[in-house]
Amino acid sequence: MTKVSMTVNGKAVSGEVEGRTLLATFLREDLHLTGTHIGCDTSQCGACVVHVDGQAVKACTMFAAEAEGAEVTTIEGIAAADGTMSPVQKAFQEHHGLQCGFCTPGMVMSAHALLAENPDPSEAEIREYLQGNICRCTGYHNIVKAIAAAAAEMRPVAAE
Amino acid sequence: MYDFQFARPTSLDEAVKALSAEDAQALGGGQTLIPTLKQRLAAPEVLVSLTGIRELRFVRRDGDTLRVGGTATHGMVAREAAAEFPGLAGMAVRIGDPAVRNRGTIGGSLANNDPSACYPAAVLAANATVVTNSREIAADEFFDGMFTTALDEGEIITEVRFPIPERANYQKFEQPASHFALVGVMVAKHADGVRVGVTGASEDGVFRWTEAEDALSGNYAPEAVDGLTVSADGMIGDLHGTPEYRAHLVKVLTKRAVAAS
Ligand SMILES: Cc1cc2nc3c(=O)[nH]c(=O)nc-3n(C[C@H](O)[C@H](O)[C@H](O)COP(=O)(O)OP(=O)(O)OC[C@H]3O[C@@H](n4cnc5c(N)ncnc54)[C@H](O)[C@@H]3O)c2cc1C
Ligand code: FES
Ligand code: FES
Repeated sequence: MTKVSMTVNGKAVSGEVEGRTLLATFLREDLHLTGTHIGCDTSQCGACVVHVDGQAVKACTMFAAEAEGAEVTTIEGIAAADGTMSPVQKAFQEHHGLQCGFCTPGMVMSAHALLAENPDPSEAEIREYLQGNICRCTGYHNIVKAIAAAAAEMRPVAAE
Repeated sequence: MYDFQFARPTSLDEAVKALSAEDAQALGGGQTLIPTLKQRLAAPEVLVSLTGIRELRFVRRDGDTLRVGGTATHGMVAREAAAEFPGLAGMAVRIGDPAVRNRGTIGGSLANNDPSACYPAAVLAANATVVTNSREIAADEFFDGMFTTALDEGEIITEVRFPIPERANYQKFEQPASHFALVGVMVAKHADGVRVGVTGASEDGVFRWTEAEDALSGNYAPEAVDGLTVSADGMIGDLHGTPEYRAHLVKVLTKRAVAAS
């Protein structure tokens, strides 16, 4: 077992992990942050996407020990402390960007990473950025609409 | 996944030492190795993460050469090579998806030498040199059939040096489920001739299509390969495409790459 320390959603955390403990497992089982979902064994579905030092990564395809010293943000860190949803979360609700919701945490994390890199993405750019996020329910159209709407809402704020 | 000891050295010397242990294996971005470990297709005793070694993570131009550190991620290459070597950046930006590109590394991709991976085609076409902790290996000597390379046990890719071509382009016909190349072709026009690297197609892994190289070196235009045929012998056949289909794609993608370069 090794000791790991990192910052998760702004809070310093640490724990004892095995070499093989995945970041997703550490978040879910040690920190009880179960919003990070695990939908596959093959690094393909993106339900587990979190941000590590500002970059979208698949938490199922990174060891917890590799996040030593990192700043991690999970879906639980996206809404404001008082529960006010982020523009992306609100837009998913308004545009029916989810049905069962299993893929949604990863979708929202990928969407925030996209908008941080590219505040004004085209529809094609949104679709391309979601290549690693699989949704079995929605058919994607409403997810794309939601992200475009969130981008439009967030843009003036980003320009300030 | 079986458990292992995890090491995260901060210098190349420490990493080389850690990898000399019995059943030790390097970990790059983990985008191939971690799924492999989950399936218990690999079971190292010690996993030596290379991502803590700062000196291996860079992309920079040095005269006519683009130097890419062994743990530079696909995302870094997509961004940082865009101005200097757009053909390479355009290849990197189409590997997998954004999250895979934020972790996956050039060293891992080359060491793995998946028959459908994108980087091997670029390294062959660009005539790059693979630099390790102990030697320099020319692209033509590096790849040795599917999932096999000239690397010795415990040898670490520290850098890849790409002579920057006059023009280059990578065309990928994507297998939509895996995002890997069903067939991918990189064409690079150098001052002394054209090189064509083909991935995804052959049962022997990445290869150079030398007939097309000769034709394109004489006349750098898509039509130059019109009279050539690619044999389906030895091409991969699976549920995604027959050997004939792949052979056909090699020619189509070569023409597209020339046109787009
Ligand atoms: C969903 C998905 C889609 C993908 N799509 C594509 C695609 O379209 N095209 C493509 O080319 N690839 C694709 N990949 C693979 C991806 O590019 C991997 O990043 C790459 O193949 C391996 O790099 P890595 O750094 O993750 O290596 P790892 O997985 O860490 O390691 C792979 C192998 O290389 C060895 N190794 C790692 N680094 C070094 C080094 N510096 N020196 C020596 N040996 C080393 C390891 O020991 C291991 O054997 C995809 C992967 C996923 C999960
Ligand atoms: S759980 Fe499917 S990609 Fe991470
Ligand atoms: S809403 Fe069910 S998987 Fe996307």
